[in-house]
Amino acid sequence: MKLYTFVTEFLQLIILIGIAPAFTGWVRMLKCWSQGRTSAGLFQPYRDLDKLFSKDVLLADNATWIFRFTPYLVFGTAVLAGGIIPMLTVDLPIAYAADVIVLVALFAIARFFTALAGMDMGTAFGGMGSSREMTIASLAEPAMLMAIFTVSLASKSTSLSQMVHVIYSGQYVFRPSIAFALIAFILIALAETGRIPVDNPATHLELTMIHEAMILEYSGRHLALIEWAGMMKLFLFVMLGIAVFAPWGIASSGDFIPILSAFFFMLLKLGIIGIGLVLIETGLAKMRIFRMTEFLGSAFLLATLGMLSFFILE
Amino acid sequence: MIFTPLEIISFSVLLLFLSVLFVPLLKGNQRLLINVSFMLISLASLLGLAGGIWAVGGGITNKLVLPLGLSDLPFHLRVDPLAGFFLTVICLLSFFVSLYSIGYVKGYLGRRPVTSLIVFYCLFLAGMMMVVIADDALFFLISWEVMAAASYFLVMFEDENIENRKAAFLYMIIAHIGAIAILLSFGIMAGLTTGFESFSGYTFDAMRQAEFPLKWATAAFLLAFFGFAAKAGVIPLHVWLPEAHPVAPSNVSALMSGVMLKTAIYGIIRVTFDLLGSFPWWWGAIVLILGLISAVMGVLFALMQSDLKRLLAYSSVENIGIILIGIGASMIFTSFQMPLLAALALIAGLYHTMNHAMFKGLLFMGAGAVLHATGERNMEEMGGLIHRMKWTAPLFLIGCVSISALPPFNGFVSEWLTFQAFLLSPALPSPMLKLLIPLGAALLALTAALSAACFVKAFGITFMGHWRGASMPRVHEADWPMRSGMILASHACLLLGVLPTFFIDWMDIIPQQLIGTKIGASSGAYGWLWLTPIAPERASYSGPIVFLGILFVVIAVYLLLHVRPGNIQRAPIWDCGFAKLNERMQYSSASFSMPIRRIFGFLFKIKEEVKLTPCGTHKPFPKRLNYHLKIRDRFWGWLYKPIVDSSFWVARHVGKLQQGRIQAYLIYSFITIIILLLFSR
Amino acid sequence: MDINIASQITSFLAALVLLTAFAMLAQRRMYGLVNLFAWQGLFLSINTAIVGFVAGKHHLYISSVLTLSLKVILLPYILHVLIRRLKVHKEVEMVVNIPMTMLIGIALVIFSYHLTAPVMELSTLVTRSTLAVALATVMIGLLMMITRRHAVTQIIGFLAMENGLFFAATSATYGMPLVVELGVALDILIAAFIFGIFFFHINTTFDSLDVDQMARLKEED
Repeated sequence: MKLYTFVTEFLQLIILIGIAPAFTGWVRMLKCWSQGRTSAGLFQPYRDLDKLFSKDVLLADNATWIFRFTPYLVFGTAVLAGGIIPMLTVDLPIAYAADVIVLVALFAIARFFTALAGMDMGTAFGGMGSSREMTIASLAEPAMLMAIFTVSLASKSTSLSQMVHVIYSGQYVFRPSIAFALIAFILIALAETGRIPVDNPATHLELTMIHEAMILEYSGRHLALIEWAGMMKLFLFVMLGIAVFAPWGIASSGDFIPILSAFFFMLLKLGIIGIGLVLIETGLAKMRIFRMTEFLGSAFLLATLGMLSFFILE
Repeated sequence: MIFTPLEIISFSVLLLFLSVLFVPLLKGNQRLLINVSFMLISLASLLGLAGGIWAVGGGITNKLVLPLGLSDLPFHLRVDPLAGFFLTVICLLSFFVSLYSIGYVKGYLGRRPVTSLIVFYCLFLAGMMMVVIADDALFFLISWEVMAAASYFLVMFEDENIENRKAAFLYMIIAHIGAIAILLSFGIMAGLTTGFESFSGYTFDAMRQAEFPLKWATAAFLLAFFGFAAKAGVIPLHVWLPEAHPVAPSNVSALMSGVMLKTAIYGIIRVTFDLLGSFPWWWGAIVLILGLISAVMGVLFALMQSDLKRLLAYSSVENIGIILIGIGASMIFTSFQMPLLAALALIAGLYHTMNHAMFKGLLFMGAGAVLHATGERNMEEMGGLIHRMKWTAPLFLIGCVSISALPPFNGFVSEWLTFQAFLLSPALPSPMLKLLIPLGAALLALTAALSAACFVKAFGITFMGHWRGASMPRVHEADWPMRSGMILASHACLLLGVLPTFFIDWMDIIPQQLIGTKIGASSGAYGWLWLTPIAPERASYSGPIVFLGILFVVIAVYLLLHVRPGNIQRAPIWDCGFAKLNERMQYSSASFSMPIRRIFGFLFKIKEEVKLTPCGTHKPFPKRLNYHLKIRDRFWGWLYKPIVDSSFWVARHVGKLQQGRIQAYLIYSFITIIILLLFSR
Repeated sequence: MDINIASQITSFLAALVLLTAFAMLAQRRMYGLVNLFAWQGLFLSINTAIVGFVAGKHHLYISSVLTLSLKVILLPYILHVLIRRLKVHKEVEMVVNIPMTMLIGIALVIFSYHLTAPVMELSTLVTRSTLAVALATVMIGLLMMITRRHAVTQIIGFLAMENGLFFAATSATYGMPLVVELGVALDILIAAFIFGIFFFHINTTFDSLDVDQMARLKEED
């Protein structure tokens, strides 16, 4: 293991922490434009975070250590997940410590504790958010693993670096299995990151919110950390999608030039995916929570079809 | 070398029997009795633990023939790595639970004498250990019955409650139906070994040597599997489990859920891999499918419960399912001559056996501490205990995180190994299996996600928010013996999760003996940090790095972003200006699981009833609202009710024979004698 | 065109055909169903043309054009007209709920893979791997006819089944002889017209197109 791989690893984490808010800003900006509003600019999320960090924390009387510990854990797991997903290069030292199943489990830890924090106050909102979040997650997780398993069947590995490597150098051009898995992954990513049509990140209307309901009691730097981690989660899902389904441009070695070009590729892909995300979000309406079964069920179906077509057609 | 592992283990069993004899002497001083006897039991557990670890670690097989039992049918004892592994599981948990019991059982002081509890506790433990070291059908069944009978009396311990008596009765019936099946299975195997005239085929050694024709082997396997499945609580034979486990004293439920179910797993592995030896793939498919059904249905049932211990009992059904998934996959791989994959799947199943013992023991101990402190099992009444139980809450949380398969704790490792085994299934030659087994992986993922939801509910409703009941009892924290039992178990959960390579290297001898390959050659090749079951580029997981990574990143984030310390203000909960917020408005256990109940409701028999009492003539303003929810197990109606009804029907008709006149009975005897004479002519 | 690429494209189109079959199972709206049927026809037609090109069987071009004109343009058009005239564009009623139907569908795919696996080992054609998909499409069409109540959805199920058969013929033997193909196409067309006429009569007689109404036709006993 060489030293510079740690440098790229570190670089990647800096990019994750630094660029994630800008990506959210980009999506919000595009959304404003598409709806004929004036946008607050690419850097508004940074200003929001800064504002929240400088505010005092207001805790409820019966808030426990779980409530106070959760934001740090959520942020920490997001950063750790960023160390596993190949964004710039596949040559990551931490990547071997954890494969894609661990990655899914890392998101699950964050969710587990956020749900507990939501129940900490004993308010109806928090409990409602936790209950819904855990329900949706329990439907999304099998579909997610199915989608990723499809790809890992093709690459004969669950290690993300290895998956990127195999897909990169694959001789197949048209892989129905991967196409199916991609569509399934998009549906699941929408659900997991709390976007429309599953959850609305911009709402504070009681009946429709899920993730926001859980974190309703947070304030100050705790809220800042959770919001930041939320932006990172969106960013990470985009990165995971890129790594698994469209890894072109990711550097296979740790040299300077490939990494620089990988960085520009990444920015380009982020821009395009932002547009796609906004198109989905403006085009769809939020679903009733019990339609979610069908939404995630079809994601699961697609992932399963992907797996079946891997065996049947490839 | 002075002793062999088997001698140490036998000594430990002997110690348990001695304590049974010795307990009544101290009956007068109950407090002293509890202290002394549970100390002795802990000591015995430690001895057994040492023997078990040694047997596995050294790959030692010892045999012993005891000149006890019937004439010409001496008891055979044997410890091999498989038995050693299960002894380790049993003794490790029983050590923790016995420490815990020193505190827990004192809760009964002043209410009832605990002498019988301690006597049967010892017998129960000794029974489990004897089951594992038995090496002939006779001794196995005797030990099996000792275990079942002792646990029956333990379930009956608080026998003034009708639900205890009912549960114990149901448990005894199903345990005995299972035992009959096991007896028949051993009968078939012993009969085929040496013919039905001689008895010498009753030793496991003779069975190991024998070759069984497929038809008879299948019959033996199905009978044995049925019998062990009834003990393990595999769906649809699970109905006794959620009745019996909650009503038993919590230390006993911890042992029943944590290790008694595992003796059935031991039985399945022993009979299929060791005694029968070779088998067709569809045996594995049966085990796998029943495992999947148990896993998914078990966790869904668990989610629906509002009784904390019942929830844990159903979750045991789920975990037994997960263990069986590993074993079933291993059987399929074995029958297709893929030893490496079979070894991986078997290790996954065994590892989960160990893990489940640890976290389920921990959770039951935690639930016991809650019960001890509040006298309440119903979660709908609980809440906010984290403020009063500063030790129990985090320990229970560790159990919840472990069982939800979250890294870096142990549940995740076994689940990860099972997933890896599933992902290797495309190597199978049969196209049907190739397609179906990955779908099993999806069900396993569903189970894991649902169990996370289930334990968010269990912890969140019990420990967080506010007390929901009418008046909060004086809650006290568990005392030190109870705490120490839970602390040790939680450390075991963490260690098994962070350093899996050591444990897998230690137990790798088991698949080598049963299947012929160890996975260690590949798992250790990358150093102790990395768990790489097949090949490093295939998949790798490093428990220590993930653990330290999470720890380091969280601490770093805390230090870096914890700006301006000391600016935290406390305020009452924001009530949206309603100002009449009370604790009944919290999300309850039933409301938490409502979305899942709605989605998977078709699997249950749900009766929901909402009753509105209007305030005068104003319909939209109800004065009170009653909500009744009844969730029934469909299997009860499908499987058990017909059997119960028909046995009542038969009993009614047989009852007509009862005339009350002595002449009638004499006629019956006379007819019986004549028929028998006719037959034996 | 490289034979390897061609086989990949046909696999991909087969996957799309399977996807449309599942989408038809899940679709609630009548127009959506017809459109999906048209898409399925389009994928089939492209697939036939590609197979014709790779295998050098020129009569497959004719089949391809025939499929395009008949199943992508004419039949969907007729069905559209039918739906508009009969005013039945509401949500489709189902006997079994959607997730359950989907699960049965998946089971059918696995089953057909199991059935065709021995055939696939023997065959040397470029299209051999799509045979399982073709069989599955037939079965899913039949499943659709079983699970739906409405007469129009039943005919779409029937047509989807025919799509599957056509696909099977292409993938197993590079298509049936042209004469047979023409005959089948004509059959379909006429069947569709006859169905259309029947629907009008059923609709006027029963005031509904729910096929459960036909249970009333049985003799009372």
